[in-house]
Amino acid sequence: MEQGTLRLKTGLAEMLKGGVIMDVTTPEQAKIAQDAGACAVMALERVPADIRAAGGVARMADPTIVERIMKAVSIPVMAKARIGHFVEARILEALGVDYIDESEVLTPADDKYHINKRDFTVPFVCGCRNLGEALRRIAEGAAMIRTKGEPGTGNVIEAVRHCRQVLDDIRRLCVLPEDEVANYAKEIGAPLEICLLVRKEGRLPVVNFAAGGIATPADAALMMQLGCDGVFVGSGIFKSGDPAKRARAIVQAVTNYNDYKLLAEISKDLGEPMVGIEISNIPAAERMQERGW
Amino acid sequence: MALVGVLALQGAFREHAAAVSRLGADVRELRQRRHLDGIDALILPGGESTVMGKLLTELDMLEPVRERIAAGMPVYGSCAGLILLCETIEDSTQPRIGLLHASVRRNAFGRQVDSFETDLAVKGLDAPLRAVFIRAPLITAVGPDVDVLARVDMTAHGGEGERIVAVRQGNILATSFHPELTPDTRLHAAFLRMLSA
Repeated sequence: MEQGTLRLKTGLAEMLKGGVIMDVTTPEQAKIAQDAGACAVMALERVPADIRAAGGVARMADPTIVERIMKAVSIPVMAKARIGHFVEARILEALGVDYIDESEVLTPADDKYHINKRDFTVPFVCGCRNLGEALRRIAEGAAMIRTKGEPGTGNVIEAVRHCRQVLDDIRRLCVLPEDEVANYAKEIGAPLEICLLVRKEGRLPVVNFAAGGIATPADAALMMQLGCDGVFVGSGIFKSGDPAKRARAIVQAVTNYNDYKLLAEISKDLGEPMVGIEISNIPAAERMQERGW
Repeated sequence: MALVGVLALQGAFREHAAAVSRLGADVRELRQRRHLDGIDALILPGGESTVMGKLLTELDMLEPVRERIAAGMPVYGSCAGLILLCETIEDSTQPRIGLLHASVRRNAFGRQVDSFETDLAVKGLDAPLRAVFIRAPLITAVGPDVDVLARVDMTAHGGEGERIVAVRQGNILATSFHPELTPDTRLHAAFLRMLSA
């Protein structure tokens, strides 16, 4: 019997495909998310929009909150650790969370190195803006990838940009003559072996979700049509007027992302969406997507 | 050629579709009620059973799926698919198809850190199969018409005795593990043979 194998880590991500992972801060919210059809929840002390508003240093959530959420639902529970903070990650693993997000939403703990994720039994998901970043994370042991987007903004443009960039980089890698692949790997800062694997399969070797700014069923369907395997919704649900209804609609939109009549129907009367932020109004130093290397 | 419908509401539908198409079957992903028309067999993949049950209900697919299986259409459910097929789900009132005469316990081995893979002897297969258990369920009781195909030794998981992880009841095949995550297609081949039987 083996545990903590790469197949078990990437396998859980495969089970989450076509689903919506929702940020929650209380057991009550976790139950609302589960009842609405979330395939997993992300247990947090504050959603990204509130982290952004509060400023200061954002850290791993209090284990009490994570544990109460784990007790409240039967679906997988994820939690965030700071970039490079392998002790926060070990604590979350000891709590028994099902997936760890080494996340730029929290304040990074290391300005050079991400966590050595191969060492853990629990699987990790990491954010990326391009193929190089995605493959560096996979080389470190990430079993699932997501776009970074710009968390807590309710503005989908950055998630779209990052998703298109990854796909564009993969297309480029696939059409390069073989003798140029090693140099391409060097240029994007990714291990050659994994570049060759991506080139052979024409896709990332792990599941790729959209995250960072998704606020409506249409946003979720847009990310699915662009080629993502599923969607994280952070502040978009519990910062909106009618979280349960919006959550249900986003779940439906991710399954039937190309049926416009159905999308029209489920988009009706969802109440107020979260307030959005224009990206150019965020000072460069406050952009979460710049965190991670 | 048989047309196999793979429920694609959520979960590991791509892997099941790839496995049966490698074996030469035609595949259709099922996302709406109308997609059910004309299929010869059905696969319910792994994923989250609560999500699939909810979407089956909202999309008005639960009843037509149940009718087809009750009428004898071969169905294979893995993990969440097994849960959806079971008559009794411990501590849960979630929507289900409920035609398999069995009781199931969700997340029976624990959380993701307790997930495991092992070589498993399965009745009807010539050699053990690499079985991948991810937050897997266990079958805790079966009816007299259910044929047990595989069991795991629970002493390795802090339990006692053996527990059921694969069953067949007429046209229904169900496993708590994920053959679709390995290159081994013997179990899918056995399922496709149920079509010609």
